[in-house]
This record gives sequence, structure tokens and C-alpha cells, in this order.
Amino acid sequence: MGEKFLMKGNEALGEAAIIAGCEAYFGYPITPQNELTAYMSKRMLEEGRVFVQSESELAAVNMVFGAAGAGKRTMTSSSSPGVSLKQEGISYLAGARLPAVIVNVMRGGPGLGNISPAQGDYYQATRGGGNGDYRLIVFAPNSVQEMADDVIDAFYLADKYRMPSMVMADGMLGQMMEPVVFKEPKGNKGLPPKDWALTGAKGRPRNIVRSLMLGGTGLYEHNEVLRKIYAEVEANEIRYEELETADADVTLVAYGSASRACIGAVRHLRAAGKKVGLIRPRLVWPYPYKVLEKQAEKSKKFLVVEMNLGQMLDDVRIGVAGKAPVEFYGYAGGWIPTVKEVVDRVNQMF
Amino acid sequence: MEHKIILAGFGGQGIMVMGRLLAYAAMHEGKNVSWIPSYGVEQRGGTANCSVVISDEIIAAPIVAEPAYSIIMNRPSLDKFEPKMAPKGVILVNTSIVDRDVERKDLDVVNLACNDEALELGDIRYANMIALGAFCKKTGIIKLETLKKSLKNVLSARRQNLVEINQKALEKGYQLV
Amino acid sequence: MKTVYKKPESMTSATTIYCPGCHHGIAHRLVAEVIDELGIADRTIGIAPVGCAALAYDYFNVDFSEAAHGRAPAVATGLKLTQPDKIVFTYQGDGDLASIGAAEILHLANRGFNITTIFINNAIYGMTGGQMAPTSLEGQKTATTPFGRDLKIHGNPMKVSEILTQTAGAAYIARGAVYDPKHVMETKKMVKKAFQNQMDGKGFSMVEILSTCPTNWGLSPLDAVEWLKDNMEPFYPLGVKKDIDQDQ
Repeated sequence: MGEKFLMKGNEALGEAAIIAGCEAYFGYPITPQNELTAYMSKRMLEEGRVFVQSESELAAVNMVFGAAGAGKRTMTSSSSPGVSLKQEGISYLAGARLPAVIVNVMRGGPGLGNISPAQGDYYQATRGGGNGDYRLIVFAPNSVQEMADDVIDAFYLADKYRMPSMVMADGMLGQMMEPVVFKEPKGNKGLPPKDWALTGAKGRPRNIVRSLMLGGTGLYEHNEVLRKIYAEVEANEIRYEELETADADVTLVAYGSASRACIGAVRHLRAAGKKVGLIRPRLVWPYPYKVLEKQAEKSKKFLVVEMNLGQMLDDVRIGVAGKAPVEFYGYAGGWIPTVKEVVDRVNQMF
Repeated sequence: MEHKIILAGFGGQGIMVMGRLLAYAAMHEGKNVSWIPSYGVEQRGGTANCSVVISDEIIAAPIVAEPAYSIIMNRPSLDKFEPKMAPKGVILVNTSIVDRDVERKDLDVVNLACNDEALELGDIRYANMIALGAFCKKTGIIKLETLKKSLKNVLSARRQNLVEINQKALEKGYQLV
Repeated sequence: MKTVYKKPESMTSATTIYCPGCHHGIAHRLVAEVIDELGIADRTIGIAPVGCAALAYDYFNVDFSEAAHGRAPAVATGLKLTQPDKIVFTYQGDGDLASIGAAEILHLANRGFNITTIFINNAIYGMTGGQMAPTSLEGQKTATTPFGRDLKIHGNPMKVSEILTQTAGAAYIARGAVYDPKHVMETKKMVKKAFQNQMDGKGFSMVEILSTCPTNWGLSPLDAVEWLKDNMEPFYPLGVKKDIDQDQ
């Protein structure tokens, strides 16, 4: 096992990107992810890699588009309003089939909102976010350790499927310090060669990176390719954790920061003899619908806990498919559930 | 066991460093630990505070709503956190600048003139370590030796020469309780 | 048999979508000739804009990337910084570069990164059907200035080259035209200099090329040339605006 560091989540995201072989980082200041940009401004230059503080979020994500087009591992990060600005570039990355990692350290919205932790960008992250039919592989870490692990995996899966991936954290995870051990990256093992990259057409026909498919059936066929890739991701990459679900009368469903209080609540309620469990999606796209479907056969009720007005709630309803009632507990704008609050809410369901 | 701790005071009193030292020491003792500051606009207006949770299990809630322990380094922090303390919690108050007594009768209060004690060591900036040393003795959550050893982790490269004097401040605080 | 004229190696055989009398084709050819003459085709990467030249990658026989509207300088930054040995150029129109991409081009120029920009100024949005561009002239009628550009209502035409000369990072800024052989020759020299500068690591270089848009101006190709000479040239004077080699 590697050395244990005590780090802020934002810094762990950065160090993990360095370890994963991120060769170019582009960012723009916004709270509460500033430590990540600052960390990269130092570490990327120490490593002789590319760092640019861009003039805008738009510029940052399009610089990522360029670096990804060059076949390099590349990343940008921001917080909610800034990630909204990046949607243009993310859609283009998806359309041009360029791998890249986008980090969202979510804060309160809509609009400028506030800088408190929130989970209000779930729809945006899991439904594509920009124009057109596309998906991102979306990681939902709930600790500094998982943030580090997820960045490394996000780079790998982006390369594997030639699509952008996102690490969706929030202000609490970004700001907090916890012990972290950095894992070894998988390197390029099992990854397809980047023979599409723009490296100069020396000794080969020219390469073109584009999402524009005018005329004929080009775009239709291209979107069929995307459909096939997304189906592969859904078949291969479902990740979730279960806690005490086997005999649970009430099943909690939560991700990220909100899931931590739920873990505490399950422990507390189990100690009191209540049959409560937790399903925690580790990726929120692709989504573990089948796990929920199966759980709905044995669990009497579901409770979704989110730091928003009910977004993943839709996915849980899709998974449960009417087989059990799905209730919701959540607020937006700076609320972080406590163990006690979740316990009290669950007790209302018995 | 899970220990929920709030450290609070003015910006510039070394509140964050105090919290990070506690967190490092807990990590070095093999505990699960989280440290989270108040950030952004919340930082303005009299208190800078951070939550530290030390636990044998996975930490469910890193933000401490109801601290069982607190170190209060100024008056606004006492006003803010005294009502939030868990019943029978331990509250350490820096009486050098906090100009009122703790009102709740259930709390286990440690009054300590941290600034004055720090001045005896030559600099008011050691007040945070005086407080943390005392806190260490009072609560037994962490070993004094681990705190002393962890100082090198929280002081920046150019401040490593201050490890020794900060260790002395920790010891002094430890002996004052 | 002696070959007196042929297609540059750096151009493909594709037929362009450009309208009769449009100057994009000439500008493309100049860029391709320069890439050939400098022997850099196998390490050149172009970036196409959004606008009439969005399909530029079909016409150049080098690696090419698209860019979102106005973001070519940002995409170029990502490509160039990760591959400093490559020759990276953007090809942008006036809506793309001067309007929606004003921030990106200003910051690229000011950073002084080693990138070349070819800027086609025809004082109008072409692809979308002839709307007012930032470079449309006072009094010019367009689809969105039906009574002519009124400075009080629509603001002033923007002299991008002159603005960019003020950036510390710009090594070379020049404005040419391609409406007759003399100007084609002069502009080619400018384009060559702008690419040579990148090879020599001198910083950001841009050539603005005044061009016609007969279709959206509502003029014949020949009348369009006269309109350009009579109206655009006086407001957008030709010549080298900044050259760190000359200015030193």
C-alpha cells in the first residue's frame, strides 16, 4: 500500500490527474474548486506539462478539445455555473469522440446561487448537458479517497470508450481533508491506439477531428456509433455499492456527500433494530437501474436523499418501475443532510 | 468511537492549522479523520472555523452540526457555538480575549488564557498550540507525542524552523490542565 | 511537357462549396502554397471555424480540427502547447473571430503563443445569410441592418488588426487582399511570413484578408471587387500593421 496523505479533495483530484498522466490542464477560477486550479498551476509546471489559466470556461473546455484532439490526456475543472459554460465544448467533445475529463465541484444554483455544497447539476451531468444526444461517464465520489480513485478511472474509461467523462463532486468534498492513498493507474493497458489524433499527417492520410456531419446519412450513422458505445458502457461499467440491502424494508438511495449521512443513518437504524439499507451508485451514468429493479422486489419502500429538489429521484423511479413507493428527502441551497435528519425521516416511513 | 470537534476563532489565530494538526495526528494514529473549513463568504464576519471528526469507523458526516468538543478562541465563536454544543460537551475557552463566561451549566468548561501563556513563550501566535496542548490533555482523544511529531506536516517548508517552539507550546498547554 | 500551374500538394481535389466570386478559394490556395513551399505539410494542423469555411478540412490535405464558433484560438492553444513542434493555424471569418470569438483571439494574441491565424474579413455573415458582422461598414445594408448600419443603433465597425497590434504577444499583424494578382502576391508574402514566424518561434502572427461576398452583398463578382476597393479598403487600409522584426 502506498503512502497515506492528508489532503483536500480538490488537491487530491489534481494529484490523481498527475498520476493518471494528464498532460494538459486548463481552468478558470471559481469557488469552491479553486484549490484544484492552484494545485495544477504548480504541479503541472513542476512536471513539465501544460497548464493554462484560460480567459473563460468556454476557452478552457475548447483548449481541452485541442489537447484531446492531439491525443493527450487532458482535463478541465470548474463549479456549477462554470460547468454550464463548458457545456458547448462538452457536447463537441462527445460529438467528435474525444476523450477528456471534466470535474464539477458542485455549488448551489440556479444562476450564481451560492458557494455551498449542492447536487443540483445531476440532470445536467447525466443527461449530457449540452445540445444533442450524448452521454458522459459520470463518477459520484463521496470521499477524498474516491475522488482520487475516480479521476484515475475517469481518464481510463474516457480513453477506453473515446468519450468525455466527468467526476461530479461537491463543495464539501472539494474543501474537506481526509487521508488518501493514491492508487497505481492502469496506464494504457487494454486501451485502443489513438490513431485518430492530430499529430501531423506524416506517412499517413490526414486525420480530421470533427462533430460536423453535413449531408447524406453521415450524422445518422455517427449517432448510431454513439448509441452502440453508450450501450457498451451501460453493459460494462455499472458501479454501485450496497449496504445492508438484503433484508431492508426501507432502501435509501443516495450518492456523493448526501450518501455519507445515509451510511451513518443505516448504521444507527440497524442498531435500533430497523431494517434499513442503502444503494449508492458510484457512477450515476451509466445508472444501476437493474439493481433497483431487483431491490424493489424485496424492499417495501425507497427513500431518495439528495442535496437538490429531486433529480436522481427520476432514475430511481425508472429503476423501481412502480413496484414500490419512492419517497424523497432533500433541499437545495446549502443543505447537507445530517445523520439525525435522515434517521428522523426514515422513522416516519415505518 | 467518534469525536466531533469544532475549532473556531479569528482569521489569523491559526485555527485552520490547529485543525489540520489534529487531523494529521489522528491519521498518524490510524484513525479515520476528516477536516473541513468554513469557506468563502462564510469566513467573513468574525469567525473562522473548521470541523474535525476523528473516528474508528467511516465518517458519516464531516460537517459537525453538534460538536461534542470545541476550542473557542474568540467571543463571536463562543456566541456562535455555545448553543450548538452537544449536551455535556467539552468547551475550551481562550479567556485572554473572550470577555464572558460560558452560560450553559451542562458543559465541561476549560478556561485558559491562551494568549497570555503564548506571550510567555515569546509570541502571541503560539496561542493555538497552547490551546491544542490543553485540549489534548483534557480529552485524551489524541497523544501529545503524535501532535508534536505531526507539526512538520502542517508547517510550510519555510516555517519548519518553528517546529520546536510550537512543540514547546503544545507541552506548555498540556501541563496547564 | 512543362507544368506551369497545378494544384498545391496541400490541397485536396474536393470541389469547394464557395460561391462564384468568393475569395475563400484564393485564400485557401495561398495557405496551401505556403505550406508546400515551407515543406511543413506533414506537421501542420489546421483549425476550421464555424462559418462558410467550416468545411475547410475537406479542402486542405493536412490534419485538421473543427472548433466551436469562435473557439479556434482555444483549440489551437490545446493542440500547440501539447505539441510545440507542430505548425498550428486557425482559419476564421469575421463573425467567428471578431464577434463570438473576440475574447479567444485577443487572449491568444496577448499570450503570444506561437500560432498563426488567417482572418477572412468580408464585412458580413456569409453562411447564415448575410447578417451584420462586427466588421460591417457604416451604412452597409445587411439582413439585420435593412436600413444600413447606423452607428448609433448598431455600434461601430471593428478594426481587429489594429486592435491586436496593441497586444504585447503579437509578433506580426498584416492586412492584405486577393482581388488582383498584385495583391495576391503581396498577401502570399504576408501569409508566408506568418507561418515562418511560427517556425522561428516568434509568437502570434495574423494575416487579415479583405474578401468579397458577392452573394450576400447582392453584387456580381466583379462589382463586388469594386465595392471592396471603394468601401472596405479606405476603412481597413492594407499593409503590415505590426512586425517585431521591423519595429525593433
